Amino acid sequence: MLNYIWLAMIAGGFVCSLLTGRMEEFSLAAGSGAEKAVNLLISMAGVMCLWSGIMNIADKSGISAVIARLMSPFLRLLMPDYSKDSEELRAVSANITANILGLGNAATPLGILAMKKMQQSNRLIDRPNDSMVMFVVINTASVQLIPVTTAALRSAAGSTEPYSILPLVWLSSGVALAAGIAAALILRQRKTY
Amino acid sequence: MDKIGIYTVPFVIAAVVTIGAIKQVDIFECFKEGAADGIRSLISVAPSLIGLIIGVTMLSASGFFDIVSDLLSPVCTAAGIPPEVLPLGLIRPVSGSGGTAVLSDILTKYGPDSLIGKTASVMAGSSETTFYAIAVYYGAAGIKKTRNTIPAALTADLTAFISACLITKAFGQ
Repeated sequence: MLNYIWLAMIAGGFVCSLLTGRMEEFSLAAGSGAEKAVNLLISMAGVMCLWSGIMNIADKSGISAVIARLMSPFLRLLMPDYSKDSEELRAVSANITANILGLGNAATPLGILAMKKMQQSNRLIDRPNDSMVMFVVINTASVQLIPVTTAALRSAAGSTEPYSILPLVWLSSGVALAAGIAAALILRQRKTY
Repeated sequence: MDKIGIYTVPFVIAAVVTIGAIKQVDIFECFKEGAADGIRSLISVAPSLIGLIIGVTMLSASGFFDIVSDLLSPVCTAAGIPPEVLPLGLIRPVSGSGGTAVLSDILTKYGPDSLIGKTASVMAGSSETTFYAIAVYYGAAGIKKTRNTIPAALTADLTAFISACLITKAFGQ
């Protein structure tokens, strides 16, 4: 997929700069883009470390466990295939908690674990059951307390208030999550059972 | 609204450190461990981020985004969407590093605290790399058919895209 995107950017950019007569800017952009990328990585590093450090403390202090407990009734409602103390739901809530706290590195392996556990008891075999669909949809709505990468990019770009967008992000994520869940419920095809 | 965001950061940091200390967690050790993890994840995305930023910078310099924005601006303006953020909405579900590269391009071009910059930030913060998540999770479970996953997940992305525009316009200024 990335092969095509990258090709489209570079070949498309080449054709476009022929048409707009901006070949000089285009040729400079390769070098300046590379330089910009490294500068960006360096200026993002501090904010990324700040939050992954703080959120690791939160995880080790048992804050994750509290969040997981608060979430449990909602998860049971959304994933009725599994009981309250099932291994499946525990793995799912560990993944979602890691996402909320922005522990990206931990979240993906936990999500894979949750998916494998759900697959073990999946009667549809090569198709996801309703709970598995719900799990992926919740994951793609990006529910997180601090959108770390975005905040890091905003500070790197010289924002005077990199975090002012937080409440807007929460609101927008919540709306997107609700829409995703509603779509998953509406688009279920009962005949697959 | 701005104040909530600004107060959240010191509150979260102070609360987490205090709770950690009360629970007798080795807080500084945990911070270091997490920070090292942050560095590692940044290094692991560095090559793809550098490649994609080069691509986005080249495409941006060619005038492509300006042409697309100009073409789509009548439609977007009618829908209340700043056309400059469209490229972000297109690449975000497909590539995380691509989304980062495009967001960074928008933030430097229009300023992070402009309406366009804020809208793009909210959009990036409230959506996910949908196709990557689907590929990784279903791939790990050996699932080939996805049933209603893709339409539902894309509904979430499209909603995030539109709601980011509307919410930022309503509360972000």
